[in-house]
Amino acid sequence: MADDNRLISVQGLKVYFRSGHACARAVDGVSFEVRKKETVCIVGESGCGKTVSALSILGLVTTPPGEIIDGRIVFAGQNLLELSEKEMQKIRGNHIAMVFQEPLTSLNPVFTIGDQISEAVRIHKKIGAESLREKCIRLLKDVGIPAPEQRLEDYPHQLSGGQRQRVMIAMALACDPDLIIADEPTTALDVTVQAQILELFGAIQKKQSMSILYITHDLGVVAAIADRVYVMYAGMIAEQGNTEQIFRNARHPYTQGLLASLPSLSKRGKRLYSIPGSVPNPAYKPAGCPFHPRCPHKAPSCSTEYPKMCDYGQGHLARCPILFQDKGHHT
Amino acid sequence: MLSFIGRSFVQKIITLFFVSIVSFLIIHLAPGKPSQVDPMNPKFTPEVVERFRKEFHLDKPLYVQYVYFYQDLFTGKTVSWKDNQSVLKKIWERFLNSLPLFIVGTLLTWTLSFPVGIRSAIFRKGIFDRTATFLSYLLISIPGFFFAYVLIIFVVTRFHVPVIGMVTFGIGDASIPYILMDRIWHMLLPSVLVATGGIAVLSRYVRSQMLEVEGQDYIRTARAKGLPPEQVHYKHALRNALLPFVTMFGLILPGLIGGSVIIESIFSWPGMGRMAYEAILARDYPIILTVNFVSAVLVLAGTFISDLLYLIVDPRIRL
Ligand SMILES: Nc1ncnc2c1ncn2[C@@H]1O[C@H](COP(=O)(O)OP(=O)(O)OP(=O)(O)O)[C@@H](O)[C@H]1O
Ligand SMILES: [Mg+2]
Repeated sequence: MADDNRLISVQGLKVYFRSGHACARAVDGVSFEVRKKETVCIVGESGCGKTVSALSILGLVTTPPGEIIDGRIVFAGQNLLELSEKEMQKIRGNHIAMVFQEPLTSLNPVFTIGDQISEAVRIHKKIGAESLREKCIRLLKDVGIPAPEQRLEDYPHQLSGGQRQRVMIAMALACDPDLIIADEPTTALDVTVQAQILELFGAIQKKQSMSILYITHDLGVVAAIADRVYVMYAGMIAEQGNTEQIFRNARHPYTQGLLASLPSLSKRGKRLYSIPGSVPNPAYKPAGCPFHPRCPHKAPSCSTEYPKMCDYGQGHLARCPILFQDKGHHT
Repeated sequence: MLSFIGRSFVQKIITLFFVSIVSFLIIHLAPGKPSQVDPMNPKFTPEVVERFRKEFHLDKPLYVQYVYFYQDLFTGKTVSWKDNQSVLKKIWERFLNSLPLFIVGTLLTWTLSFPVGIRSAIFRKGIFDRTATFLSYLLISIPGFFFAYVLIIFVVTRFHVPVIGMVTFGIGDASIPYILMDRIWHMLLPSVLVATGGIAVLSRYVRSQMLEVEGQDYIRTARAKGLPPEQVHYKHALRNALLPFVTMFGLILPGLIGGSVIIESIFSWPGMGRMAYEAILARDYPIILTVNFVSAVLVLAGTFISDLLYLIVDPRIRL
C-alpha cells in the first residue's frame, strides 16, 4: 500500500492514567493506520483502551489524570500531538469528527437539535443563516430522520436513542470530515436500531467517500463493515489484518479465543467457549505478554518477554512469536 | 402550560392555609403567655390582665381566636399588643428599612459568587481556586458575629466613621450629600457581612455545580466539534450549571425577613428580622403571626416564581 494513500497513522501511542501511586497503562504502544476511503475496525474487550486511543487522536484525553507519554499521530503531514490547542480546534469536527458511545448523554439537553448541528457547521465554515438551515435539514435527511424541518426545533429528550445517535452522526458529518471516528455508536441501542445505524454508516461511506474508524467489541459488526481490523488487548494491538485474514486465519491466541466464543448455528447445543480468566487491570498488567495468564499456548518466555509483532505477509500481523514458530514461519 | 400555572397557584394557596393553621397552633402551644411576660411589672394587675384577655379574645376557644386573627389580618386591623399600632404599618416600615440591606447584600452575593465559582471550576486546583477555597472555608467557619466585631473595630478605629444603626443620631439638618454619605457608611458593613457569608457558600455551590457539568458527555461532544474553550465553558457548561440556581433564586425572597436577624441585631438595624425577634421575646402574637404569614407568602411566591423560571429555562419541563 502506497504511503500517500494513508490518511492517518498512529505510531507507538502510549497513554497512561496516574492516580496516586498507581499508573494505569491504558494504551501502551499502539500503532494503527487508516487509509483513504477505508473502514477500519478496532475490536477488543471493555477497558482495553479503545476509547482512550480515539480520544487521543482528537486531543480530548482529560489531563490530568491522563497523559500522553509517547507516540506520534500523523495526519495530513503533521503530528497532531505537537499541535497547539487552537490548531487542534481547527481539526476537530472539521477534518476529524467523532461519534460517541452514549447517544443519550452526548447531546446537550438545553439546546435544540438545530442549534447543536448548525453550531458544528458554523464553527468551521462561513455560511449564511438561510443556507445554514437548509444544510441542517439536508444533514438530518441524510441520516434518515423523518420530517427534519420539524425536528430542528426539538430538544434531545424528545428523540429516541436511535434518533439521537443519528443526530450525533449528522453533527459529525456537518463539515464533511476526512475521518469519522465512531466509538461503539450502537452499543447502547437495541439490535434493529443497531442494524439501521450500521447500514447508515455503509451508505455514508459509499456516498461521501470518507474514512471510518469504527470501534466496537462486537465481532459480528466487524464482519459486517470492516475492510481491515485491529484486535486490541490490554492496551496493545494483538493482531491486525484484513477482515478475511482475521476471520479465516487468526494468528493470535486472543483473536482465536474471541472467534471461538462467537455463537453460531454450527455450534448450537454445545457449550460456548469463553476465554478463561479476565482482562487485567491496566494498573497491574502482568510482565511479558499481557495475555499470557489466559493463553492456552503460553511458553516460559511469554511471562518475561514482551512479544514481537510477527509478519504473516500482506498486512497480516500478530503479536505472538509462539504460534509464529509453531507454524514454521522462521525468518 | 396555563393549567400548570393555575394548578401550581391553587396548590400554593392550599399550602398557605395549612401553614396559617400550624403556625397559629405552634405559637399557642409555645410556653409563656402574653399576659405573663412580666409578672413583676406593677401595672399588670389581675384586672388589667383580665381586661387585656377580653379585649384580644384570649378567653375564647382557639378556633375562634384563629378566625378573629385572620379576619383582622385580611382587613388590615391587626394591632400589636405591645403598643396598639397597626401591625401591617409597622411591618411595612421595617420592611423598607431591611430592603436596602437585602438588595445590596443579594446583589453583591449573586454578582460575585458566579464569577468566582465559575473561574474556580474552570481553573480547578489553580492558585485562584485554592485561594477562593481557603477564603470560603475561612469565612464559613468564622462565626458571623465575631467577624462583624472584628470588622466594626477595624472600620471604626481606622476610618473613624460611625457604623451602628441606619443613620448617625442627630444628623437631621446636615447637607444632603453628607446625609447620603452617612447612610452609605452605615450600609457598608452590614451588607458586606451579609454578602461575604453568602458568597462563601454560594460560590462553592456554583463551583461544584460547574465541575459536575464539565464532566458530562455533552461537554466532550462540544469540544469534539472544535468549539473554542470559551464557548464550551460559557455556553454549553454554564447554561446547564445555572439550572439549579433558578430554584435558589426564587428562595432568596424569604431572606427578606429572616436572612439577617443576627446582623440586624449587631448593628442595631431597625429591620424586619430584628422586629420579629423582639416580638417573639415579648410574646407579641399579632406581630409574630403576621411576620410568619408574610414569610410563608414569600416562600410560596418564591417557589412559584422558581417553577415559572424552570418552565422557561429547562426545555425538559414542558407541560
Ligand atoms: N478518565 C480516566 N481516569 C482514569 N482512568 C481512565 C480514564 N479513562 C480511561 N481510563 C483507563 O483506561 C482504560 C481503558 O479505557 P477505555 O475507555 O479506553 O476502554 P474501552 O476499550 O473504550 O472500553 P469500553 O468498551 O468499556 O468503552 C480503563 O480501564 C481505565 O483504567
Ligand atoms: Mg469505550
